[in-house]
Amino acid sequence: MTNGWTDIRNADVVLAMGGNPAENHPVGFRFVMDAKRHRGATLVSVDPRFNRTAAVADRFVQIRAGSDIAFLGGLINHALSNHRYHEEYVRLFTNATFLVSETYSFDDTQGVFSGWDGERRAYTDRSGWAYELDGQGHARVDPTMQHPRCVLQSMKAFYARYTPEMVSRICGCTPDAFTQAAELITSTGTPDRVGTIVYALGWTHHSVAVQLIHAAAMLQLLLGNIGRPGGGLNALRGHANIQGGTDCGMAYHNLPGYIAIPKADHPTLDAFLRAVTPRATRPESMNFWSNTDRFAVSQFKAYYGAAATAANQFGYDWHPKLPQLAEGGYENWSWAYIFDHMLAGAMEGFFSFGMNPVSNGPHSAKATAALAKLQWLVVAENFEQETAVFWREDIAALAGLKPEEIPTEVFMLPAANFAEKDGCFVNSARWIQWKWKAVDPPGEALPDQEIIGRLFLKIRELYEREGGVAPEPVRHLDWWYTHPSSPSLEEVCRELNGWALREVRDADGAVILRPGQQLASFLHLQADGSTLSGNWLYIGMYTDAGNLTKRRSAADPSGLGRHPEWAFSWPANRRVMYNRASADGSGRPWDPSRPAIAWDGQRWVGDVPDYRADSAPAASLGAFIMLPEGVARLFVPGQLAEGPWTEHYEPQESPVANPLHPQRSANPVARPFTTPFDVLGSAEEYPIVCTTYRLTEHFHYWTKHNPYTMQLQPEFFVEIPEDLAAEQGIANADMVRVTSARGSIEGRAMVTRRIKSMQIAGRKVYQIGVPIHWGFVGRGAQRGSLANLLTHTVVDPNSYTPEYKAFLVKLEKV
Amino acid sequence: MATLDLRRVSASSPPAPGVREAAVVAKLIDTTTCIGCKACEVACQAWNDLPPETTVQAGTYQTLPGLAPNFWNLIRFTEHEDDQGGLHWLMRKDQCMHCAEPGCLVACPAPGAIVQYANGIVDFQQDRCIGCGYCMTGCPFNVPTFNPRTGRVYKCTLCSDRTAVGLEPACVKACPTGCLQFGAKASLLEVATARVARLEADGFAQAAVYDPPGVGGTGVVTVLAYGDRPELYGLPRDPRIPLAVTLWKGPLKWIGNAAILAGLLGAAVHFVRYGRKAVHGADAAPAGEARDGR
Repeated sequence: MTNGWTDIRNADVVLAMGGNPAENHPVGFRFVMDAKRHRGATLVSVDPRFNRTAAVADRFVQIRAGSDIAFLGGLINHALSNHRYHEEYVRLFTNATFLVSETYSFDDTQGVFSGWDGERRAYTDRSGWAYELDGQGHARVDPTMQHPRCVLQSMKAFYARYTPEMVSRICGCTPDAFTQAAELITSTGTPDRVGTIVYALGWTHHSVAVQLIHAAAMLQLLLGNIGRPGGGLNALRGHANIQGGTDCGMAYHNLPGYIAIPKADHPTLDAFLRAVTPRATRPESMNFWSNTDRFAVSQFKAYYGAAATAANQFGYDWHPKLPQLAEGGYENWSWAYIFDHMLAGAMEGFFSFGMNPVSNGPHSAKATAALAKLQWLVVAENFEQETAVFWREDIAALAGLKPEEIPTEVFMLPAANFAEKDGCFVNSARWIQWKWKAVDPPGEALPDQEIIGRLFLKIRELYEREGGVAPEPVRHLDWWYTHPSSPSLEEVCRELNGWALREVRDADGAVILRPGQQLASFLHLQADGSTLSGNWLYIGMYTDAGNLTKRRSAADPSGLGRHPEWAFSWPANRRVMYNRASADGSGRPWDPSRPAIAWDGQRWVGDVPDYRADSAPAASLGAFIMLPEGVARLFVPGQLAEGPWTEHYEPQESPVANPLHPQRSANPVARPFTTPFDVLGSAEEYPIVCTTYRLTEHFHYWTKHNPYTMQLQPEFFVEIPEDLAAEQGIANADMVRVTSARGSIEGRAMVTRRIKSMQIAGRKVYQIGVPIHWGFVGRGAQRGSLANLLTHTVVDPNSYTPEYKAFLVKLEKV
Repeated sequence: MATLDLRRVSASSPPAPGVREAAVVAKLIDTTTCIGCKACEVACQAWNDLPPETTVQAGTYQTLPGLAPNFWNLIRFTEHEDDQGGLHWLMRKDQCMHCAEPGCLVACPAPGAIVQYANGIVDFQQDRCIGCGYCMTGCPFNVPTFNPRTGRVYKCTLCSDRTAVGLEPACVKACPTGCLQFGAKASLLEVATARVARLEADGFAQAAVYDPPGVGGTGVVTVLAYGDRPELYGLPRDPRIPLAVTLWKGPLKWIGNAAILAGLLGAAVHFVRYGRKAVHGADAAPAGEARDGR
């Protein structure tokens, strides 16, 4: 989240799209309700289903699963063509004023931008999308935003195609329903009104996921809603600590703190830093990532301790590097690719901690076949689950295997759950919150850090005794913890925050850090090895004042729900990111009743400023200090796999050809895998759009072991529109079968008016929905109804998240 | 609860007035902010040590068709399409309404099996329950349910054991959206009225507070977006204690009492006039022998 849960209550309009917060975030949803109760806020829900959020929304618009970019494009067009955007904000804080190179173009009949390489199915030449530069290498700007090649004019031209009629043809809502919602949403394009967008996996689970977020970010920037209390673009995370996992390098292409991972063609630390450090594109821009060397070197010091020295590039050689591919680019080790590599026999073993690939990954049959190629599999879990018993007759049969054909040796390690160990959660609001153990783990269950600690010590012992291919990274890893076999998470917290290794002085010679002092600010980080920090973003959470993640003061001096002494919010305990954009060009809050920060003549006061605290507004460093432009990007000149503007592409499986450009229907950059499992179905054979989701009564695949939650939602069901049910003679609670090109599952029919048939591109399209929570292991009627038996493996080309949310099926009565 | 004064006790004369003045408490249910998450359902079971039910998917999000002996708190889900074709998914928490004039208590023939505390909570005392089910007949909301295994009737206690010591009921504690609140009824009525005003401003012209006078008002104050149609939510429009119960425990009871009295009086008069009834001949033989002889 750019803002935070408690901040939602400051909103005038809440758009819940690509998420169902009432269902999946019921506790945080309190703040949406607070906004409604106390501010009279308007809640707009846009979703394929009339869901629990829609039940309490002021307006609901049903759209087809996978059509969100068209809806957002329509909103952008509505804001631009009716001048319902915050013009001064856009001029000050976005790249709307930047001039784009003459070489940029978009072919709206082909649906691709300039630089498209049809053979390699990629934008191999993005140089054509660059900003027009002056002699100093800085972008030219037109503050009047009238130049035909300025970003704002380019944007107007691009999104003019997204008329209410086109939105209707693609999304299936009526033009009126769209326009009425658009009026509500764009009503926040003024200084005195603020709107927020809350989204979740309904946006990220698409083959155009990052484009979707880009579209939403553009809309919020146009409306002047980023950086302001009650605004922002807010990703609601699905698990208690997904945010923490992402921050700490869970995705294979990032190091902790969102530093790009070293690649094989970065042979030295300098080469690596040169490749990943951006250069400012405007003269006054702060370009905070120019400090990447400090972040990276301090992180290497945390890995390798005293062994990391300037002489050995702080152990850079020991760090794993992403291998290059012969055909260009780098190897991909994201989820769907891991299982593709595994199926190809490229992996010997696999650790699965708190994951259940057979159930939670896409295409359960492919995942099962892949696991059967392993020599060994370790599953650390609270309960026995599908992955730990994938060799069972009924599960192996999904991949056409028999138990005796599976050589994999499976180790099931009982693991403590979240309530059975201390440690931190980082919530969606970026609050790092300590939690205390409630009960001891049962039986032989151990906390993850003990399982990992004991594994590490054993592996290091083997490397030290026997050598091996690459022993250095393991041998030199600084395992300094008091209890090496079970590191205390308090100590891990200290290390993530980091401390000074030597005395550090500022430019005037004053001592700013004593040796051993916990770091209080990432401004103190050094690139010469005198500081250590596991994750620069977390600096300040564990200072010499102690573990600030344990703070629990509900005090709220702002009255805006910032609670600055409740836990610690990264970065720097800032509660609203990009908060410089909450005030105008002279530092006065756009809305004095909802200030984030304000310039008092000497300093920025209020929330922790996302800006240099003593830099006067006139210096115009740019409100988006993390970007080399200093301003937010509407036009994205080449950082994403797709083009600089977001275009609607159909899901990989779609009932219609793309109404915008039928010959290039789906995301041209997304690449299907090529194994025999990776098949896509046609609309002729599988005419119904299907989407998947979670239920408030369950938590993933855990709670099917709990008799109380099982009583609330006892078995797998399929939500079916009334007219489709009537057409197929299906009555409520009948058994039905849902079949995709990948697999088939059975469950009870839930015939409902909450999903309606739609007119898409001139034809009637049905949509159904299936929840994910059942499978093979657990209480009650499990029936093997894994929703992911239906889903395919095509992923978004930036985030590599599979398209769980929109695919094709057929439906029949059993 | 011994710490709570009693206002009414089933099949007993009214207890002596307590010294303490107890505010009448209530639970506010704002159906317009209920998201049907069912946290209240499980919290109720957890606090009251109720075992889980065995359920089936019947084509609805609703856990059970109705309240059950081990399930005192149920979210009812209703899909409703308005005149303009607008769809609404109504969710209402169903449980004992804690009527000011409780039909169950009036109907109950077992002394002390149903009590009403001075704070308005209506509570069942299962150790005195005789399992006759009259309370079920007396309830206009169809709330109490009979457990054939124990031969007793059960329902929500408004967590009288929690509220007696200043805690909110378990369902309120668990509610994530603030749709449930607990407190003095008078102040919750103010909250409810303000909420209705907000709903009216938002276009729900028929929004209303449901606090039916037919049962003297309820200890559950419900905010409805469609206040003119409570039956959409499974609530009776004008609940009253059934006539049979009212008659039986009111006029009929006194007519019956008068009849019994008249009978006794008649017997006394008969005795005074004719004396003891004598037994003659074979009729005087012991009954047991006579039967054995057949």
